[in-house]
Amino acid sequence: MPSETVVQQKPFAITLDVGSSLLNKTGTWRTQRPVYLDRLPPCNAGCPAGENIQAWLGFAEEGDYEGAWRQIMDDNPLPATMGRVCYHPCEGACNRVKLDDAVGINSVERFLGDQALKYDWKMAAGSSTGKKVMILGAGPAGLSAAYHLARKGHAVTIYESSPQAGGMIRYGIPKYRMPREKLRAEIARIEEMGVTIELNTRIDDVMQAKEQGGFDAVFLGIGAQLPKRIDIDQEGDTPMFDAVEVLRDTEVENLTKLRGRVLVYGGGNTAMDVARTSVRLGALQTTVIVVESREDMPAHEFEVHEAIEEGADIVNLRSIREIRGNSVTLEFMVPGEGRWPQPTGQFETVEADVIVQALGQNIETDFLERIDGLEVRDGIVQVDRGMMTGCEGVFAGGDMVPSQRTVTTAIGHGKKAARNIDAFLRGERYLPAEKHEIVDFDKLNTWYYTDAPRTVRPMLDVVRRQSGFAEVVGDLDENNAQYEARRCMSCGNCFECDNCYGVCPDNAVTKLGPGKRFEFKYDYCKGCAVCATECPCGAIKMVAEAI
Amino acid sequence: MLKQVEGSHAVAEAVGLCRPQVISAYPITPQTHIVEDLGAMVKSGEIKGCEFLLVESEFGALSACIGSSAAGARSYTATSSQGMLFMMEAVYNASGMGLPIVMTVGNRAIGAPINIWNDWGDSMSARDAGWIQLFAESNQQSVDVHIQAFKLAEQLSMPVMVCMDGFILTHSYTRVDIPTQEQVDQFLPPFSPRQVLDPASPLSMGAMVGPEAFTEVRYLAHHKQQEALDLIPKQAAEFEAIFGRDSGGLIKKWDSDGAETVVLTMGSVIGTMKEVLAGMREDGHSIGAITLRSFRPFPTAVLREALKDAKRVIVFEKSLAVGMGGILSMNVRMALQDHPLKVHSVIGGLGGRPITRANLRRMFEKGLRGELEEPHFHDINMDIVNREIEREKSQWKSGSTAENILQDIGVVAAAKTI
Amino acid sequence: MTQIPESKQKVKFYQTGTFTVGNRLLDAEQRTVQATMDRSNSLDSGHRACQGCGEALGARFAIDAAMRATNNQLIAANATGCLEVFTTPYPETAWSIPWIHSLFGNAAAVASGIAAAMKATGRDDVRVIAQGGDGGTTDIGFGCLSGMFDRNDDVLYICYDNEAYMNTGVQRSSATPGAARTATTMPVGEDPGNAFNTGKSVPLIAMAHMIPYVATASVHDLQDLEYKVTKAMQVRGARYIEIFVPCPLGWGSVPGDTVKIARLAVESGMYPLFEAEDGEVTGVTKIRRQVPVGDYLKTQRRFAHVLKPDNAHQLAQLQAVADRNIKRFSLTTPEEA
Repeated sequence: MPSETVVQQKPFAITLDVGSSLLNKTGTWRTQRPVYLDRLPPCNAGCPAGENIQAWLGFAEEGDYEGAWRQIMDDNPLPATMGRVCYHPCEGACNRVKLDDAVGINSVERFLGDQALKYDWKMAAGSSTGKKVMILGAGPAGLSAAYHLARKGHAVTIYESSPQAGGMIRYGIPKYRMPREKLRAEIARIEEMGVTIELNTRIDDVMQAKEQGGFDAVFLGIGAQLPKRIDIDQEGDTPMFDAVEVLRDTEVENLTKLRGRVLVYGGGNTAMDVARTSVRLGALQTTVIVVESREDMPAHEFEVHEAIEEGADIVNLRSIREIRGNSVTLEFMVPGEGRWPQPTGQFETVEADVIVQALGQNIETDFLERIDGLEVRDGIVQVDRGMMTGCEGVFAGGDMVPSQRTVTTAIGHGKKAARNIDAFLRGERYLPAEKHEIVDFDKLNTWYYTDAPRTVRPMLDVVRRQSGFAEVVGDLDENNAQYEARRCMSCGNCFECDNCYGVCPDNAVTKLGPGKRFEFKYDYCKGCAVCATECPCGAIKMVAEAI
Repeated sequence: MLKQVEGSHAVAEAVGLCRPQVISAYPITPQTHIVEDLGAMVKSGEIKGCEFLLVESEFGALSACIGSSAAGARSYTATSSQGMLFMMEAVYNASGMGLPIVMTVGNRAIGAPINIWNDWGDSMSARDAGWIQLFAESNQQSVDVHIQAFKLAEQLSMPVMVCMDGFILTHSYTRVDIPTQEQVDQFLPPFSPRQVLDPASPLSMGAMVGPEAFTEVRYLAHHKQQEALDLIPKQAAEFEAIFGRDSGGLIKKWDSDGAETVVLTMGSVIGTMKEVLAGMREDGHSIGAITLRSFRPFPTAVLREALKDAKRVIVFEKSLAVGMGGILSMNVRMALQDHPLKVHSVIGGLGGRPITRANLRRMFEKGLRGELEEPHFHDINMDIVNREIEREKSQWKSGSTAENILQDIGVVAAAKTI
Repeated sequence: MTQIPESKQKVKFYQTGTFTVGNRLLDAEQRTVQATMDRSNSLDSGHRACQGCGEALGARFAIDAAMRATNNQLIAANATGCLEVFTTPYPETAWSIPWIHSLFGNAAAVASGIAAAMKATGRDDVRVIAQGGDGGTTDIGFGCLSGMFDRNDDVLYICYDNEAYMNTGVQRSSATPGAARTATTMPVGEDPGNAFNTGKSVPLIAMAHMIPYVATASVHDLQDLEYKVTKAMQVRGARYIEIFVPCPLGWGSVPGDTVKIARLAVESGMYPLFEAEDGEVTGVTKIRRQVPVGDYLKTQRRFAHVLKPDNAHQLAQLQAVADRNIKRFSLTTPEEA
């Protein structure tokens, strides 16, 4: 309205223009500031193969299965295999255990591995470096080393004494746990990258083979194949076998050994494998004699559980004292001070038609001792932190070096050795990235995660398990796999949940957009720490301001 | 169009002609008839584009107007007496925020003792609230002042209170010329707020202002009221041009030029007073009157000029600052400081006490003789007062003053014998 | 305008941060307003609220949600109180929406006036919110609030409930819980802190007005809060939402615990989350992980005396309050499928 009496358009001081508070930099109030950080999730920390589990679960959560698979393939060339045979220490470490149950990482890995085989996803070799590497042993360590070296562009030849590649995965793990076609396919994928596998080829003189083949480096991954045997006082001709032998025979379909009343001696996973194989082969009765108590026996609980479910008897705290014909005398044991059980002098007798020793394996070291500088201590090959033996350019990994002797450890060794070999071939030293601090459960704010019980993998009906070698543990379907992946809490690493951006009372967080995470506006952040408290995954830390 | 109507109805019609957009209503005597009539007019569609809010209190009534005015709607409410006090916090707030609300005050005494009849206690309680306060002398002027009030409020972005004596004006049937819609539309343009709550251009109204700017804010409010001193006569002239009536301005002279004694007052009492003064002039007394039509802003300069030749001013008012004296007279004295004339303060008509021609003439004559005590309580019965004072002196529990007085004047005794 | 939500969004297979502000696994339109990069930030940076202020947070949550629900056609009236003082001290305002502060006790009436103005001037698309703290709502502003309800004016009133008069220095209001220490209910004498069996539930009183929508919400459950504000904005008539907003200063809590304390209040049953339509309770937000009230109380110095052995009876009384809420609103019984 036109008026000659206008004093001002808006009343002075009482009416204010928007945006003016931005002049008030409340960041000066702060005594502590939030900072974003990545902490190491316990699953990643616990994976002997060094997989970035959380990262690939992240892809899987979004339904990007190929992305997830490729993330696994950065570390582990055999996801379909490892998704079956790995004892998944990652799940034991998973923070979600404290909430409901661990994320079924292993089953998701298997799903992803199978997806890759179904859709024939491939990995490309790196551009050629002109360097050649010789590998002994086509087991998990050798295959892993070969794969990683091929990705770096090195030419790799594996020499394998057995008729098939796979090492203990093939010859030590029964089919019902590890279908062979999956293993074959995963090995074939490595071969397609240009890796040559010479089967039925035994190398007795490593240095000479290196010389002759013009190899620039060597990786030894021959495993521990020699059965450990205990001398038992035996009279009569009740057959006594080794676990490795039995499992290998089963693999080559020489099934005649296990019959009648089978007595397996040992408390490890191999003993369980033998027992379960025995059930499948139609043994009248399968009994496992275990020196340790049920709690202390080295086999994984699920293996024991499944073996019992299938009909094997597990007899704990007994040792075999003597064998007279079919009669086996067992001595009762009591748990000892230092865990190892002690004899009691009390006995019982059981009947057996076949006895299988499953008490572990030793390494074949004779031919290794000829390698200059290579040190064998207590029957185990010694390596430095870069997986190199005392002999320059000769590296080793897997069961033959100090390790937990699991397939996963062997995969990890192969990768680690490959990185060091690659650096060695370039005349450098491989320096692993510094590890972040591990994020424990207390740093999480788990209220933000839905209660989501673990998906139980479908199990094969017990009757069918007792009568054949079909795979016991079934596949997750896509829904289940994704559900399982989405149970991951992304411990220690921002998963862009927008909580910090949302819960800041001062609007002092900038959202940078998908994949770009967030940034604090320190001009306005008052340091209240609500963002840090409400970060579900522990990826924000409060740091005192410098005075 | 000439109509014989109740004052309240005339005001309702005038407000309706101003095209109000939000009216809030809460009943309190004697303004109630105004909002009742407005409610009917909105409901019947006589007033279009208007929301009629039946609020829960006077505080809510004015608060709703604060909201609606800030949101750009021409807003109106009416109140009286206790209602004014109940909304007082909002009264100050509306003016502090510069919201051009128009509010009718049907002037009524404030209790205790509760009293529904006319005096100016309610308007005077808000004299420092930052509102423009215009006092109407007749129902015709009530109609005319309301129309001017909207224009004034909106031009200044400041609320205006139109004060009209309760019952005497609100409930009296008189002949009133109700303007046409065309006339009002010609005079009063649509509301174009200086500041408005609008999502298209957001702003924050009602900020907290500290010592660093509060004085300036207050000064600017004062300055705005000073501007109104120019604007009010200007609008009165515009009004006269369209409606053909002198019905506004800051003051109105009633044969005061050249008079030795000038009676100064506000509101409807001039109706009785002017007849008394005419009679006195016929009897040879040099006496006239001035009515203040604008109490806030106080027209100091205009008043000084109008009284420059007078020897004596008798200020007659229906308000009392207990412990001090007349409120209007205080304002007049301040306006006339260093002026040599004598100012008498007369307080009368409290709580609706009748003001008659006879008692007015007696009082004026006393004034002319220089015998008015300071302040003078018009038509007071000092016998009753003195008896009560004595009673209170002699007895600690002397009982209810009001009841005692009623007994003294015989009302209670009479009631008891019925 | 967005669709009227049929029922609260139920995300079943998005475990990854299901209850977080955002969830990258959800479709963009299913995410919260606070997760969007272009949220309106109705209450912007630079305001002078204390560190970790629950009210500042709750106000941005609510108003941003209302902005989205109304396509940014929103005006707010604000009662006197912390929210007003810390957002609009001359010469700076933190509000980016049209906003008016009038008085302590009249926010509802001012909003009614604004709504009437919008209707009278043909701008029905512009919606109105009134907001205030518990003092301005449950005590001094109660008359105007009840009037607004009674007339069924088209206003959403939001009460940011921090259970005392904080702006004036933490005095008791009719929303202060039993045993709580305030400046006017000091923890001295036989029954230290605020008296039990006092106070009132304005949500229940609002329901008694039979207004179309009443809800309680909390700053810890953004999805629930936004759902309720959005729903409220899609209804015409008088609506009331009370949002639980911890006050670090008044409650003697750690600023970083603000959201956590709100969560504990709800998960202990001390603050029931429900919604009601036309006077009937139509939905409750179930307790997901129930905790004893002690877990809630120990986060705040205003309840420190309650946790002393001498005052075990007060702890029991507060647990009884929570238990009664849990029973009355069936907060722990499983939801029907």
